[in-house]
Amino acid sequence: MDLDPFVLARAQFAANISFHILFPSITIGLGWILLFFRIRYTLTRDQNWEYAYYFWVKIFALSFAIGVVSGITMSFQFGTNWPGFMDRAGNIAGPLLGYEVLTAFFLEATFLGVMLFGKQRVSNRMHLIACALAAFGTTLSAFWILSLNSWMQTPQGYVLEDGVFQVGSWLEIIFNPSFPFRLTHMLIASLLTASFLVIGISAWRMRREVDGPATLKVFKAGIAIAMILTPLQIVVGDLHGINTLEHQPAKIAAIEGVWDTDSAVPFTLFGLPDEETRSTRFAVEIPFVLSLLLTHDPNGVVQGLNDFVGEHPPVAPVFWAFRIMVGTGMLMLLVSWWGGWQVFRRKQKPGPWLLRATSVMAFSGWVAVLAGWYVTEIGRQPWLVYGLMRTEEVVADHGPGVMLTSFSAYMTLYVLVLLAYIATVRYMATKPAASLEAAIREQKPPKIAGEPL
Amino acid sequence: MEVWLPVFFAFAMGLALLIYVVLDGYDLGIGILLPLANDEQQDTMIAAIGPFWDANETWIVLGIGILLIAFPLAHGIILSTMYIPVTIMLIGLVMRGIAFDFRSKAVSHHKQMWNYIFFAGSLISSIAQGWMLGIYITGLGSGWINYLFSGLIAITLPALYILLGSAWLLIKTEHELFDKAIGWAQKSILPMGFALLLVSIATPLVSSTIADKWFSFPDSLWLLPIPVLSTGIYLGLLWLVYDTRVLRSPREWLLYAGLIALCVLAAAGLAYSILPDIIIGRMNIWESAASTPSLLFTFWGTAVVLPSILMYTFFVYRIFRGKATTLNYD
Ligand code: HDD
Ligand code: HEM
Ligand code: HEM
Repeated sequence: MDLDPFVLARAQFAANISFHILFPSITIGLGWILLFFRIRYTLTRDQNWEYAYYFWVKIFALSFAIGVVSGITMSFQFGTNWPGFMDRAGNIAGPLLGYEVLTAFFLEATFLGVMLFGKQRVSNRMHLIACALAAFGTTLSAFWILSLNSWMQTPQGYVLEDGVFQVGSWLEIIFNPSFPFRLTHMLIASLLTASFLVIGISAWRMRREVDGPATLKVFKAGIAIAMILTPLQIVVGDLHGINTLEHQPAKIAAIEGVWDTDSAVPFTLFGLPDEETRSTRFAVEIPFVLSLLLTHDPNGVVQGLNDFVGEHPPVAPVFWAFRIMVGTGMLMLLVSWWGGWQVFRRKQKPGPWLLRATSVMAFSGWVAVLAGWYVTEIGRQPWLVYGLMRTEEVVADHGPGVMLTSFSAYMTLYVLVLLAYIATVRYMATKPAASLEAAIREQKPPKIAGEPL
Repeated sequence: MEVWLPVFFAFAMGLALLIYVVLDGYDLGIGILLPLANDEQQDTMIAAIGPFWDANETWIVLGIGILLIAFPLAHGIILSTMYIPVTIMLIGLVMRGIAFDFRSKAVSHHKQMWNYIFFAGSLISSIAQGWMLGIYITGLGSGWINYLFSGLIAITLPALYILLGSAWLLIKTEHELFDKAIGWAQKSILPMGFALLLVSIATPLVSSTIADKWFSFPDSLWLLPIPVLSTGIYLGLLWLVYDTRVLRSPREWLLYAGLIALCVLAAAGLAYSILPDIIIGRMNIWESAASTPSLLFTFWGTAVVLPSILMYTFFVYRIFRGKATTLNYD
């Protein structure tokens, strides 16, 4: 096998960011959900919301810690793997990353301390503020990093001098054309990931009969959030796609597996895109629908991949990742509305099938988020900064031996951490609610501060 | 090009890294000391860093961030040259970060394993950081003399961290653990001082650029207060640590304060030796700086945000003041 350091550098970067994003996609959403629990308690004085908070804040802390350390790894990767990127785009990428550190990272990390360990030390109001600031910090961090990523997808507001990007207008750079869509889509994705985790683990606890009265409340809250946000996500996703069509038509052609530019293009539900023959084999198609979706006209013209020979991304991964994301989204829609119908409309306890389905979907957010990012990132290849800078131009020249060693070290570490994470979440979820409630009721202070109850 | 902007960012970067050493130093040090304590003491040690470690680590992100924002050319060269130690440090940081959180939530018989991972991660990151500092001072040199020098710093830095960790424990703990911490400080202060001395002697030997600066009279007279003050403070700390009366009074924080002063002096010495270069002997801060509009944009942000970060950091340290055993009661 040919171990091209370029391929290894990409694989390593992709593996690291894929691992990292798993945890922000939980913490960004869960932070706000925890704040919601705390506010409900403050307003109603219903002790169950406190139990809910204590249970979920532990999972939040665990996810946050992994998010932080894998994020620190990310911040070094730009320099270690893509020095050329920073040489040429540093004037733009640098300040955006810098603002993330300054405005977001310190805020979230500092107030997380108060959120986790300060409950007995500060007033309820101060604690609410700390929770809000921690949640706000994670969201702000998404704001800056997504602004940078979106700029790399749809660059504007720059001036190129001798191959180096210089700043034209910061406003244009930050609020580049794909940014509003990407930010909204990602924030909703994160809330969905967190709410399905909340729903799924609560369902799992009910099935195991280790639940308490708080568990059902949390389950319902999660269902309500998912019921509202899934349809919204689909609408936002659609708008995102239309925006991409305007700026990155080659990506959309790959997403849809369209080879020839044509009018009245059918929508390919499934199929096997094959770059050798430049066709999609075994395609299951719905006539006119793609033209309708993208141009809002059944006879509209859609550009195909053959217009972009040598300049379009690998088709199959983009095509499939997109279907996985959308498929997961549709499943989420189905399950959340089914759940809502049971618990809100018919006011029943969730039935065994609903519990089974939701606990299987506890981590479905991860699937959709990763698939979505693969669409976005693989879909912009061969460009790093779309249309302006190719990925292969900026890679670091480490020997394949070094790259292979570091890559395997990271991978081993990440697999182990992921296993430990899931095992620990499972262990926490297995503890009977009654014991946790009793501990909180007796106001038995935790033995140590490193243990938020 | 605005001449002062790169200077400002060079200082901001130095400050961020200095704060990193002083703050994350104590929690890395406590990580290295962890296996020496018994079960209950380990819990207290972890409690002593619980609310802080995350924000402490953020300072290195800021330091590297400023390197990237302000000196993109140097950032690429430095980080890709140090690819291996950086990777090792990152793996160490990942290990300790997750171990910290897992240990309090895992099944009790796994706790010991997480303790060891926490220890190993802390030690690995400290050594890697020392190595990186060494390589940096040699101007990203290679060859065995440079490696020997970097190796020397790679063992000095953990010693400093252990001392910082012990000093922090004096502030945060009582009774037996407090006594233990004094013992740890006594054991680590002499090797640390010795290693520091060796490093100071070796530095001009490995870097001719630095040697020129240190020994060019009369300019280098400006440098004189640094070794003099450092020696004075070091002797004072020796006295504090061995004649433990002051530390056992409510002024136990003096050791930590003294160590901060030492770190500040060392940083000042380093700044004098390095600046205006960013990669010693190869590239200065103006040659590697980003464009002025980029720097200005970040400058205004830094000028507004950094003071507020310092303010709320201080505020949070105040919330958690006092001994760690009583944390969470109030
Ligand atoms: C959409 C969200 C998102 C995306 C795409 C990324 N991150 Fe991230 N990152 C976060 C959202 C986030 C977050 C929510 O702010 C953190 C804090 C805790 C957590 O779990 O994730 C985080 C933590 C975090 C940290 C630690 C912060 C601290 O010390 O508190 C660093 C240094 C980075 N990230 C760096 C990066 C880099 C260099 C990325 C891209 C290449 C990146 N992140 C992608
Ligand atoms: C957070 C979720 C993200 C995921 C899951 C992700 C995933 C990926 C993947 C799979 C690749 C490899 C593509 C390929 O080589 O075919 C990649 C490349 C890359 N991404 Fe991302 N990415 C994410 C976010 C970001 C962000 C926020 C940035 C920058 C601000 C970014 C910058 C890059 C760069 C510089 C490369 C390297 C070039 C390349 O290999 O194509 N990514 N990413
Ligand atoms: C069901 C309908 C959905 C549609 C039509 C849709 C559409 C899209 C499109 C077109 C992109 C690529 C944008 C680009 O790079 O140009 C994308 C990316 C993405 N999607 Fe979706 N999506 C849907 C559902 C979901 C769901 C349910 C989630 C997660 C819970 C999700 C998470 C993501 C993420 C994380 C990205 C990458 C970041 C970004 O570019 O915004 N999507 N989506």
